[in-house]
Amino acid sequence: MAPALAARGVTKRFPGGVVANEAVDLDVAPGEVHALLGENGAGKSTLSNVLTGLYRPDEGHVEIDGNPVAFRSPRDAIEAGIGMVHQHFRLVETFTVAENVALGRRGPLARRASAALVRDLGDRYGLPVDPSARIWQLSVGEQQRVEILKALSRDARVLILDEPTAVLTPHEAEALFAVLRRMTGEGRSVVFISHKLDEVRAVADRVTVLRDGRAEGTRLLADATSRELARLMVGRDVVLSADRMPRRRPPGDEVVLRVHGVEAAGDRGEPALRGIDLTVHAGEVLGICGVAGNGQRELAEVIAGGRHATAGTVEIAGTPMGRPDPRRAHRAGLGIIPEDRLHTGLAPSLPVEDNLALLAHRHPPLAAGPFVRRRRLRERARALIDEFDIRTPGPTTPTRLLSGGNVQKVLLARELSARPRVLLAASPTRGLDVGAIETVRDLIVSAADDGVGVLLLSEDLDEILSLADRVAVIYEGRILSELDRADADVEDLGLLMGGDLVAGRSAS
Amino acid sequence: MIRLEPRVERPRRLSVLVPLGSVVVALVLGGVIVALDGADPIAAYERILDRGFLADGALSATLIAATPLLFTGLAAAVAFRMNVFNIGGEGQFVMGAVGASAAGLAVGDGPLAVTVAAMLLAGAAAGAAWAAIAGALRAWANTNEIITTLMLNYLAANLAEYLIFGSKSYWRQLEGTGLMFPQGRPLVARAFWPRYDLGPVEVPLGFAIGVAVAVGLAVLLRTTRFGFQVRVIADEPRAARFAGIRTRRAVFVLLALSGAVAGLGGAADVGDTRHVLDPKALSQVGYGYAGIVVAALARLNPLAVVLTAVLMGGLANAGRSLQGPDFPSGLVGTLQGLILLCVLAGEAFARYRIRRVPRVAVDPEAADPVGAGA
Repeated sequence: MAPALAARGVTKRFPGGVVANEAVDLDVAPGEVHALLGENGAGKSTLSNVLTGLYRPDEGHVEIDGNPVAFRSPRDAIEAGIGMVHQHFRLVETFTVAENVALGRRGPLARRASAALVRDLGDRYGLPVDPSARIWQLSVGEQQRVEILKALSRDARVLILDEPTAVLTPHEAEALFAVLRRMTGEGRSVVFISHKLDEVRAVADRVTVLRDGRAEGTRLLADATSRELARLMVGRDVVLSADRMPRRRPPGDEVVLRVHGVEAAGDRGEPALRGIDLTVHAGEVLGICGVAGNGQRELAEVIAGGRHATAGTVEIAGTPMGRPDPRRAHRAGLGIIPEDRLHTGLAPSLPVEDNLALLAHRHPPLAAGPFVRRRRLRERARALIDEFDIRTPGPTTPTRLLSGGNVQKVLLARELSARPRVLLAASPTRGLDVGAIETVRDLIVSAADDGVGVLLLSEDLDEILSLADRVAVIYEGRILSELDRADADVEDLGLLMGGDLVAGRSAS
Repeated sequence: MIRLEPRVERPRRLSVLVPLGSVVVALVLGGVIVALDGADPIAAYERILDRGFLADGALSATLIAATPLLFTGLAAAVAFRMNVFNIGGEGQFVMGAVGASAAGLAVGDGPLAVTVAAMLLAGAAAGAAWAAIAGALRAWANTNEIITTLMLNYLAANLAEYLIFGSKSYWRQLEGTGLMFPQGRPLVARAFWPRYDLGPVEVPLGFAIGVAVAVGLAVLLRTTRFGFQVRVIADEPRAARFAGIRTRRAVFVLLALSGAVAGLGGAADVGDTRHVLDPKALSQVGYGYAGIVVAALARLNPLAVVLTAVLMGGLANAGRSLQGPDFPSGLVGTLQGLILLCVLAGEAFARYRIRRVPRVAVDPEAADPVGAGA
């Protein structure tokens, strides 16, 4: 039988000499879940953009049911039965679910028909959503369902999902897998893009591994070992488990960060933090896990002095923080690795050396009276570039031209060289490749070994478990449970992240 | 299909070549217009060059015309550097003239050095205070400074008119014909600012001060902590704030500084040439708005503002002295407009490069192919 969707020798180059896909072959059989596995930057998104008509390949072509096709636009792909759920949803926030599903279809906007369709498809595939709800009122998981419904409403025969579980709790992910199985049971195909091996194993029939823009091979999951797939993905042997990273020194007793009864509003004025209590000791890593959007960003901003707390107190190394003032937080000994590193953390167009001096330029030896000593600033930048092994053409290269891992190293070099007492790290390895993840984790652990108290906010449970001494779960602006790493259990944490308090009680 | 792609890195030489090339293109286009009008473009340009720069005394007159543009150009450049869009150079210039003329009237009988210092101080303070209103509103009430500075221009113009035409103020001539035909009280002759004879050209004191201010601003922006912070805030205000840079205060200080520079321009205008507060004339010439053009041509570089101010001043000067039946009267204004248009269009070439690509669907993320290609 001809593959439902296939790529034949697809090559895609970008200006600047980046080859995102090189001679990639892919066969998606009817009725299978086909995983595309690869690290960030391996070319998965580029390939899916070629398959959905967003990019036109420089060489090679796409086939549907064995027939070559040339998509001129995403609309062509949709009409050919290819549906795509992007990592960042393409929904109109202020429209209702039914309106979003009806959008982009030919003919008048049939709200009622669309609402009925949403209900029918929802029942048939196990995707319950209220058709009259507005998108912004929905959780991220529900928004994803809308995206899938949108594709199904156009009778997509192949559905491509780009990192669909990144925004889901383990339970929601399970539910999604069930939906995908129901779809394949009807003969539809699914392309499941991921960089997580366990997930791929849980849902896919076959897997194609991408590395550096090339397809490294396609395997039946039943035949392939995880170790083999990991080696294909990374190009070398890797340690697979979420083993705890070894520590040189145990945490101390001194409290370096105390958050007490903190409440704060989110951007839309909704209560985002509802009474947060936390303490971080010197040399300790406190990991806070939770699904994105449960108050992590607001908590980080309150501590960093970038958001007003409507109640409660924050103390950094014994200094109480008053009204929001990032400068005061820094002075008290806070270092921050913000989630949005390239905009909240760094000035992207400025040279690496300036970004490294963002804190230090105010004080001697870089400052002399009102002046900045450019030569010293550059010497210091060179030293930090060496020390933190930042791969950059030079100290004057604009920071945005560096790779994600090196951008993060610039940020860590800057913050750690200011000798903080507390380091607030929000999703510090998100979007980085395996090598950079290791480096960043090493730097965080060695800071803790040097006595820095670390507050680690992450959606990645493996990361929390490998770095943290203590683990707390944040859900809807509250800390649901706090426990020692030794007592933490992945299953229970996963349930807690989904707001399941019962699991929390059994764990503590 | 032809597509513009953002340049990853911007070659240095382009930042000189592109504006120069743009001016050349503007001159060619202007020549075409002159030719269509039936005149000889070469001859027209020769006359502009002659009257603006080469003829006897032409450069001196050009420097006088360039001085106010130099100050308002610097005022715009320094604010725009941090993406603070001070459109209020006009009003700050007027307020500077109000302050400086008061100072000149008050202490004009004393030693010239004292008079000049007092006028500069009063002009800068008045301009700074005027801009600080918009600065405080922007920094602490998040008000759009484009709107507030623009509105303050009208307020300043009306205030100056009131001082001369609507009241018996300190600035108004109340003796002789002054009661019948309202006008400002002139400074005494010994309070007039000096001009320095440098052989081929006479340099007014105001222009010399303007050059010094340009150098000072270049040093400030390039070498100081404040300049460093301005660059960070310009690039990413959020990063600046989280790194503990006081962004609100920087916005306020920068707008006040910009206003002070424009106010100095008002002082120089009174001291160098007008010697009186003349609201009608000030609102006609529109130095504040012309300063934005001067700053844009200089690509916000304070030192380059000196050059572009002289260029635009020379064009204005030539236009004035060439007006007549044998010279296309709109030519100079047309040229100034063309130059700005070409320089702004030229910016696109400095920032983007042109590539021919096969027609494809355009993805919003394709603007950043390296990031989206992951």
